Amino acid sequence: MAAIVSHDLVKEYPGGVRGVDSIDLEIADGEFFALLGPSGCGKTTLLRSIAGLEAVTSGTLSIGGRDVTHVEPGERGVAMVFQDYALFPHMDVGDNISYPLKIRRVGKTERRETAQTVAEGLSLHGLIERRPNQLSGGQQQRVALARAVSIQPEVLLLDEPLSNLDARLRLEARTFLKELQRDLGVTTVFVTHDQAEALALADRIAVMKAGKLEQVGSPREIFHRPNTTFVAGFIGSVPMNLLPTTVTKAALPLGGGSLPIPSKASGLVTEGQAVVWGIRPEYLSWSTSKVEHAMAGTVMVTETLGATSLVLVSIGDHKIQIVVPEEQEPQIGDKGWVLPQLSHCLLFDAESTKRIS
Amino acid sequence: MTTIATVAKNRTVLHFASRVAFTGVLAIIGAFFALPMVWLIVSPFDANPTLTVSWPDWTLDNFTRLWENPYAMGSIVNSLILGVGTMLVVLVLGSLASYAMSRIQIPGRDAILYGLLLLSSIVTGTAAMVPTFQLITQLQLINTHIGVILVLAGGVLPTVIFILKDFMDSIPRSYEESARLYGAGPFRILTDIVAPIAKPGLAFIVVWTIVQVWGNFLVPFLLLRSPEMQPAAVLMYTFYTEAGQADLRLISAYSLVFSAPVLIIYFFVNRRFGFRFHGGIKS
Repeated sequence: MAAIVSHDLVKEYPGGVRGVDSIDLEIADGEFFALLGPSGCGKTTLLRSIAGLEAVTSGTLSIGGRDVTHVEPGERGVAMVFQDYALFPHMDVGDNISYPLKIRRVGKTERRETAQTVAEGLSLHGLIERRPNQLSGGQQQRVALARAVSIQPEVLLLDEPLSNLDARLRLEARTFLKELQRDLGVTTVFVTHDQAEALALADRIAVMKAGKLEQVGSPREIFHRPNTTFVAGFIGSVPMNLLPTTVTKAALPLGGGSLPIPSKASGLVTEGQAVVWGIRPEYLSWSTSKVEHAMAGTVMVTETLGATSLVLVSIGDHKIQIVVPEEQEPQIGDKGWVLPQLSHCLLFDAESTKRIS
Repeated sequence: MTTIATVAKNRTVLHFASRVAFTGVLAIIGAFFALPMVWLIVSPFDANPTLTVSWPDWTLDNFTRLWENPYAMGSIVNSLILGVGTMLVVLVLGSLASYAMSRIQIPGRDAILYGLLLLSSIVTGTAAMVPTFQLITQLQLINTHIGVILVLAGGVLPTVIFILKDFMDSIPRSYEESARLYGAGPFRILTDIVAPIAKPGLAFIVVWTIVQVWGNFLVPFLLLRSPEMQPAAVLMYTFYTEAGQADLRLISAYSLVFSAPVLIIYFFVNRRFGFRFHGGIKS
């Protein structure tokens, strides 16, 4: 078992584009760690650098206290599950699972036995002799996982592990993956562009943008206290409302009304400073009568989410999304007041996009 | 009602006529291409074959004569040696080269490939006849099978690399990366992963190379001096009667024997390795 530490890691492509831009990261032993970001943010490049499939331009990387910056991928003690699973099509499931052992010159009978045990551990009973193309997507994924864990790696890397499964199977696989990781206790890094997946699975999340780390923290931290407007907008099934405004004397003018400066930011902003006020749609409520610290608005669109509804309200020049219980769903064109829970309001600097606190 | 019936009837007649005409034309074209095949199968068994196809005067004498010819059967063996030898050289070098070409980025790679492809026809062609002869003489490989194999392999390799590179390009890299992560080296990856997946491509190369060599006349004619070394394609050239006429009885029988191994190889390779690709990549 091993911790992963990177120091000032850079991967520069010919032409000067940096896929990974001076990343300092510490992933603890046994941690389930997510690399999250939009496509092209460098998260897969970082994962491949940890695996050794990409030669880093500069910086160091160590796994379990051993400097592996220039070590061959096969000698790093890492295993990886690829997005496309990369199961060898000409081998049956048993041979696929035990292929890493074949390279390690383990005898045929022992290989077959290990494959059998690992396969059973991942509920692949009776599929040992099938070819990959005779398996369903979920089974293929489990075979790929079985192959990865068959050599008891120190680090398990997963590249978009759930993206090739259909929505219902994805939920199942998610739980399965979390259970497996807990059982094995193996340091696991996985890449995803799906924030819900990262929040659900990971012990800690690193949000990436343009090759750099935007924020590293627990799912709760990332969700409640995003460091930048980028993270705020990226996390959450409905993105956070971000409204630009300018600080006036101890207040924030918004949509014709005025809100108090969030307590965590008070004293840190000056009058006339351009800021972005943010709040998650879940922490806003709809009121048909005027209340204090509420913003007057008109309902534009309503979307049913099931037990709740997503309502788009126009407030002055801004549009704001709120989540209301289904029985309180307003009609389009209704006029009313949007009421924020003040403790959940955040304030970002408009220029640096950083959270003020 | 009647007019509609007449129109429908006319249409049926017209349709029928056009079908007849179409089938007729196809039959003529088919016959044109089938005739040489029929000749190949029928005339060896004719006591007096001519260049036309006619109902034969059945006999096996032609084959007996062929069997008695001192060089005929040996030349088939020679052809097999040359064909299989060239194929082995081409298969090993071609798969190594195409794998490297497919996976390593070098400047001007495509230019090299296209250049080789263009120049390759010169190696085994008439233009380079004299230099090839001189080169092989200096290497003291004249009148050896190895000399012929090397020249022929040089001639087909560029095309083989070109075709195989395409096959290798289509193999997703994640297969190899996956193997690499478990500690497999490049050669191991080639034999364990890439070659088995590229099997249909390799099978094609096997058949194609043997067919190329089997039918090649110029190179063995040039480099092999004694008749007991010569392959079938060259030997056939020597089948004349005493009067200097082409000996059709021998040639026809020999043609059939000549074409059999290639057909057998094709069916064997196709059955054994086949042209199939079995998934494993989720896309």
